[in-house]
Amino acid sequence: MTIAISSLTKSFGPTAVLRGIDLSINDGELVALLGPSGSGKTTLLKIIAGLDWPDAGGLVVNGQNWLDLPAQKRRIGFVFQHYALFPHMTVRDNIAFGLSVRPRAERPGKSVIAAKVTELLALLQIPHLADRYPTQLSGGQRQRVALGRALAIEPAVLLLDEPFGALDAAIRRDLRRWLREVHQQTGSTTLFVTHDQEEAFELADRVVVMGEGRIEQIGSADQIHDRPASPFVARFMGAVVELPVTLRAGRAEAAGLDARALERRAMADGPAQLFLRPDAIALEADPASPWVLAHKSSNGAMIRASMRRADGTEVPVDLLRHSAPDLTLGTAYRLRPLTGAVFALDGIAQSDAPRPLPILKEKRQ
Amino acid sequence: MTAVAAPIRAKRVLPGFTLSLGTTLLYLTVIILIPVLALILKGAEIGPARFWAIVSAPRAVAAFQITLTAAAIATAFNAVYGLLMAWVLVRYDFPGKRLLDALMDIPFALPTAVAGLSLTALFSANGWIGAWLEPQGISVVYTIWGIALAMAFTSVPFVVRTVQPVLEDLDPALDQAARTLGASEVTIFTRVVFPQILPAWLAGCTIAFARSLGEFGAIVFIAGNLPFKTEIAALLAFIRLEEFDYNGAAAIALVLLFFALVLLVVSNRLQAWAARHRGA
Repeated sequence: MTIAISSLTKSFGPTAVLRGIDLSINDGELVALLGPSGSGKTTLLKIIAGLDWPDAGGLVVNGQNWLDLPAQKRRIGFVFQHYALFPHMTVRDNIAFGLSVRPRAERPGKSVIAAKVTELLALLQIPHLADRYPTQLSGGQRQRVALGRALAIEPAVLLLDEPFGALDAAIRRDLRRWLREVHQQTGSTTLFVTHDQEEAFELADRVVVMGEGRIEQIGSADQIHDRPASPFVARFMGAVVELPVTLRAGRAEAAGLDARALERRAMADGPAQLFLRPDAIALEADPASPWVLAHKSSNGAMIRASMRRADGTEVPVDLLRHSAPDLTLGTAYRLRPLTGAVFALDGIAQSDAPRPLPILKEKRQ
Repeated sequence: MTAVAAPIRAKRVLPGFTLSLGTTLLYLTVIILIPVLALILKGAEIGPARFWAIVSAPRAVAAFQITLTAAAIATAFNAVYGLLMAWVLVRYDFPGKRLLDALMDIPFALPTAVAGLSLTALFSANGWIGAWLEPQGISVVYTIWGIALAMAFTSVPFVVRTVQPVLEDLDPALDQAARTLGASEVTIFTRVVFPQILPAWLAGCTIAFARSLGEFGAIVFIAGNLPFKTEIAALLAFIRLEEFDYNGAAAIALVLLFFALVLLVVSNRLQAWAARHRGA
């Protein structure tokens, strides 16, 4: 199923949640909607599901206008962040629900439904849980059941809202790999929402980065990492270091900065802002540099160095411990970025600057 | 000789158990247990033969029948209407919703005798509603319908107020999930929403029924109190008291108590069955 979304807008009262979304998704594609909370990604997903309605815009799936269809008629599988399993039904009944509520004429026979459920239980690797109630399951098991319930109706489009957000890291990794397999087997067009970059890049064919109700960038992990389309994306991807630089012939220049590893940009000369990730900076001893090593610590794999300038500005630098040079506190080093993004100053609105994602993943409730 | 270590007594995590339980038990004893015990002793005083003679007297049997029938009608009405009311108050937004919500408590707050008087005035042959019903051959006042009406009035908040919070707490994602799975709105109610409010609804109906069995003030004005026709059991007990026939009053009251107990047990079993999925 191909999905074509055009100039979709949506406001809740005075707050604009979606400010014109254009997006097409190909048949069988696995796409991630990535963004911080409040970027409108869940609202977009709910509009596609028919659980919410846009103020304006178009939503066409396989040539059919879905804005004319209620959720019931869209044949979507929706997986909720907190599973939303029916607590008074067993696992088997939960999975069978979508088939058993069909109008009598379209409803498969009891034995057909039972066979389908048994098949799904095997696919979900939970046949032993068939007769349990949701309260008797762990989070990971519940999420499998939720997915099975969505898959039972053989959905045209599978939509997942932060599917692994409430699970711990190990189970999340497991389920991720497993979802990828399920997607390969069913081949259904799949769209999932996440705030976790790792999850988005590991799972999806394409990642759509959203911020403040707009699509900031669409691309693969490498594209988004190396060439963020906007300061927003750069910050969201963990570029927490922002240095004012001067552009000369497309190259960033500043005292104590050696940006020769960065490719030249087709931008006008003048002041600009350089966005760097702490793990994409190398250090070279240079007595003329204003950056002095103020602090360093190691977590075994990485050394985190803190470079300080006389005006108090600090730049964190993460180096692989085994390949890092010997660093001496109080010594001056030059910053040599390996990758980075440069944006002209006037393109950077401070007002819509998002908080960069913390390095440690926040634990969702 | 081996030294035996003194066993360690586990400390309670939450203090105040003895005090709080003691207070509760004392209160329960004074307010509920002693009066009920007195009632049972009073009824037992007369011996089984006389007890049976009192409660199986035609007038008493008729009173029990009328009370139970009217309470059943009132509860059936409240079961439907109370559920609808709770649904409207939780699921929709409309102007005046908070006022309606507050109005729901009036039967709790209004003295039941006042309720009985105003219902009688409304439904009597020359009242606002009665003047319109009477020509159609429907009389409410001085019939069992009047009794049921008074019972329904005083007991409807029990259904609404027990169902409402449970309905409010239902996860909206459940409705949404059912919708994406293709369930119609009616199916969503019957297969997703209703099973989850069923225990609360059963509890509400039980309390409403029990309340109806014991209702007195609102009924005596509207019922007409004709023996064998519109005389309820609570009134009969009251009449026996006025005749200084304490044993007769206690016997009738005991039967009412028995009905209420049976009902509570049945309802508890039903609720446990309806909530069977909650046990982890």
